[in-house]
Amino acid sequence: MTGAQELWETLLGHGLGLVFGYPGGAVIPIYDVMPQDRIRHVLVRHEQAAAMAADGYARATGKLGVCLATSGPGAMNLLCGLSCSYLDSVPVLALTGQVPTGQLGRDAFQETDVFGATMPLTKHNYLVARAADLPRVLNEAIYLAQAGRKGPVLVDLPRDVMEGKVPAGAENGPRLPGYRPRLDGHPAQIARAAAVLAEAERPLMLVGGGVRWAGASAHVRELAEAADIPVASTLMGLGCVPSDHPLYLGMVGMHGTVAANRALGRCDVLLALGVRFSDRVTGKREEFASQARLIHVDVDPAELGKNVPAHVPIVGDLARVVPALKTKVPAARREDWREELRGYPSGSGTDGAGVGVVRALAQVTGTLARRDELVLVTDVGQHQMWVAQHFPLYHPRTLLSSGGLGAMGYGLPAAIGAQVGCPDKTVVLVTGDGSFQMNLQELATVRQEGLPIKIVILDNGSLGMVRQWQEMFFDGNTVAVALDGPDYTLLARAYGIPARRLDLIGEPDPVGAAAEAVAHLLEQPGAAVLHCRIAPTEKVLPMVPAGEPLARIIVSW
Amino acid sequence: MKRTFSVLVENQPGVLARVAGLFGRRGFNIQSLAVGVTQDPGLSRMTIVVDGDESVLEQVKKQLNKLINVIKVSELAGPQSIDRELALVRVHAPPAQRAAIMQVVDIFRAKIVDVARRSLVVEITGDEEKTSAMIDILGEFGVMEVVRTGKIAMARGNKESVKGGIRSGEGAVRSGRGHEMALRLAGSCIGLWQPGERASAELEG
Repeated sequence: MTGAQELWETLLGHGLGLVFGYPGGAVIPIYDVMPQDRIRHVLVRHEQAAAMAADGYARATGKLGVCLATSGPGAMNLLCGLSCSYLDSVPVLALTGQVPTGQLGRDAFQETDVFGATMPLTKHNYLVARAADLPRVLNEAIYLAQAGRKGPVLVDLPRDVMEGKVPAGAENGPRLPGYRPRLDGHPAQIARAAAVLAEAERPLMLVGGGVRWAGASAHVRELAEAADIPVASTLMGLGCVPSDHPLYLGMVGMHGTVAANRALGRCDVLLALGVRFSDRVTGKREEFASQARLIHVDVDPAELGKNVPAHVPIVGDLARVVPALKTKVPAARREDWREELRGYPSGSGTDGAGVGVVRALAQVTGTLARRDELVLVTDVGQHQMWVAQHFPLYHPRTLLSSGGLGAMGYGLPAAIGAQVGCPDKTVVLVTGDGSFQMNLQELATVRQEGLPIKIVILDNGSLGMVRQWQEMFFDGNTVAVALDGPDYTLLARAYGIPARRLDLIGEPDPVGAAAEAVAHLLEQPGAAVLHCRIAPTEKVLPMVPAGEPLARIIVSW
Repeated sequence: MKRTFSVLVENQPGVLARVAGLFGRRGFNIQSLAVGVTQDPGLSRMTIVVDGDESVLEQVKKQLNKLINVIKVSELAGPQSIDRELALVRVHAPPAQRAAIMQVVDIFRAKIVDVARRSLVVEITGDEEKTSAMIDILGEFGVMEVVRTGKIAMARGNKESVKGGIRSGEGAVRSGRGHEMALRLAGSCIGLWQPGERASAELEG
């Protein structure tokens, strides 16, 4: 078998029959032997979309996403998507073509140092120097992307390695003496955590993306109920505990609820599960959860003590640690603590047209969301936070969003990945006019693949989140944020996708006005666009200014 | 605070770049770094001296461990470890000064490894303090060039019992005498790393 054949057979052997890709000179030999009857190849319009679609596929299904790009520019275009997967710990396998090994280092046509460039933004990466190494490297890469803390792994494939013969009997098992993820929490640490929780008067649980990836949502809910512990969530953890759960306080951090942020300030024990305490969550780190003893559980030991010191650090898989903890934590009732938290507002003060559209969408798709038949994808910016704040979620894989990287342009490709991975679910993308324009070329992919994605564009004619910061913290100096956008309905139609426009500027009842249009959107059999005009001055509130303690939360402006 | 980490890594392309990149990216302050192969050609040993406070050093250790090609990170501290550095020093040495320089070289148990008309190259091996002290004193004669390897370090052997068939007292490093023994080995510190030198491996147990 040639290297290229080995590649496809290895992918198929792992059940990986779906690739988001874009061909080019260095990967023609790979495409040349692609088994078209067994591989579904989704041809994107820009490699960044291939990486982000693989990411969206992985988030929506929990499975490994695969993307393929050519050398040089193709590989470089993957980087933003890979960074996005890296920061949110999403399992992605990226395959890149490379110039033949004999030309490496000679600045050949479409040669870039992909191995060097992707080192800091992948969990691990490889440059395959010999065809004999290929089976082992591929198996290692596929394993690593999905083991322990998940993440993107890149394999750079020189053309001669793809065209060369893989010797029979080449080593193919993973050989990773330096990688042994610890999955079972240390029993003594679990016992200590249980003892700390048993003494707690005002415990709080903070759930993050790790809970979703560990598949530990049900365990978390059971522990919270058994020990009567209120729960707050990071952006990545949304959906792990249902939004309507009586113990649920909402999202924490910069745009979190008053209740969740106040709870962080008041709790005496914080049980943090699969979170990494990003600055958007902690605000000013020195004052974060200052009254609390922190029990921090994560599968990645390097997260423990990285940003916030942990009193009881536990390394392990949440699906194992949380059930173990539950057996040791005594049942409790904490009426006073819950009563105190009930006094803080759990909603958000904003009530503009942007929020109105999100509320209307939540009404129309509520049943789907409860039945886990909805995947909601966002881009990055104000609309993203409005969705995070106002869209009730009931399942851990409903909301896909670029959290750590905050990559505008993520939404449409991620929605493509989600819809390919979940053909029976309704996939809705909520995007902004800024984000949408970063990858709108993928409308062609949507059309070509016949994906019935529903797209809601919240168009405020500006880069709303930047504008909000400028208005609030830069004396209203709104520079470089006005977007004189195209006619999005015409644009969608140019790609063969039906579209409607809804002008909500000055609309007194945006929820009511949007409900009919959203319902119409959802009724479309195929892809469809709803273009909503909203005012540029709407804000995302509450807001904790960057670098300030969470107590400095601004609720109205 | 300075700490010495001994990092066992897979001998794979890019490992040094991964480690160096990690330090740069996370803002860790690297004081010195020395790399060499071990008795197993598939493995390399990096000795890294890092400067930072307790929490930074803890993170360094965790982040190093997180690298897939890193097999083991151990910290080598104070009397439980031996550390050495080699330096080559080119000293300004007109004939009138040579005798004085050679005297200093003798006192430090260093070696003269190259002689030219106006200069000498001195090779010195020792811990960082000794190396620095010697370079400092040679400075009086005029140091023209200094090349230092950076520190390498190794944990001392188990002092209670010695494995590998060597009976206690027969060349074994015994409690309390380890440092003395190490000093006697000082001149051949590089030799300790060579596969041919069995003594160190056996003593290590």
